[in-house]
Amino acid sequence: MSLRSPLGRVLGQGSAKEGVHHWWVQRLTSVALVPLTVWFVVSLLSLPALDHATLTAWIGQIWTAVFLILLVLTGTWHSQLGVRVVVEDYVHGHGTKALTLALVTFFHVVVAVAGVLAILKVALGGAG
Amino acid sequence: MTERPLSPHLGVYRMWRYSLLSSIVNRATGLVLSAGLILLVYWLVAIASGPAAYRAAHAVLSLGALKAVYVILLATFSYHLFAGIRHLIWDTGHGLERAQSQRSAALVAIVSILFFLGLVWWALHAGGRTP
Repeated sequence: MSLRSPLGRVLGQGSAKEGVHHWWVQRLTSVALVPLTVWFVVSLLSLPALDHATLTAWIGQIWTAVFLILLVLTGTWHSQLGVRVVVEDYVHGHGTKALTLALVTFFHVVVAVAGVLAILKVALGGAG
Repeated sequence: MTERPLSPHLGVYRMWRYSLLSSIVNRATGLVLSAGLILLVYWLVAIASGPAAYRAAHAVLSLGALKAVYVILLATFSYHLFAGIRHLIWDTGHGLERAQSQRSAALVAIVSILFFLGLVWWALHAGGRTP
């Protein structure tokens, strides 16, 4: 039995090859987050203190800033994909679902932009 | 809208199978970590706002109640990390048999608990500073 729709069969164009996009990006970000999150937790626990001077010096190192920005971007992206699936599964009703998904997206974009800007500001020496 | 059964309807599953529970817990820990992003960005923005703003934020972040939150975040991170690696291994087509899946669910639980305890131990001994 073919699962293709009559229209699809007539047009004969096959798949757009984008059906796995969400799945694939969720995997890509997972793979990247394994080293990034472990690095972050280990670095945080390795810092001699958590005062402002120590932290700005730490974030001022180029690779710290690079990995932190990657962590924030990859983390928010992965989180957005994950929370989106949970909302799609458990929030019912067209309006509520669309509104929740919009709020989830806005939340993650705000978190990503604020996080990256904060890291850049410290890394470029603007945090006093 | 007509009321029809919507999947996934958690009520019909036998939740005490830990292989199934491990899947639900992976989602739940993911949601907790998503909320943890708020703390991460609050902390980063506080650092970027200068020494005085950071001192104020540090006082908030050092509250006793938040210590429990950090412990929860470390625990959920430990679980989500190893459960996620289990998912990545599944994606290669390995370990999908029922017996293997039950074994790996137990393995993820054990390894993540050990990893979590290691992190907590380290946090408590990190140069004598409070985590």
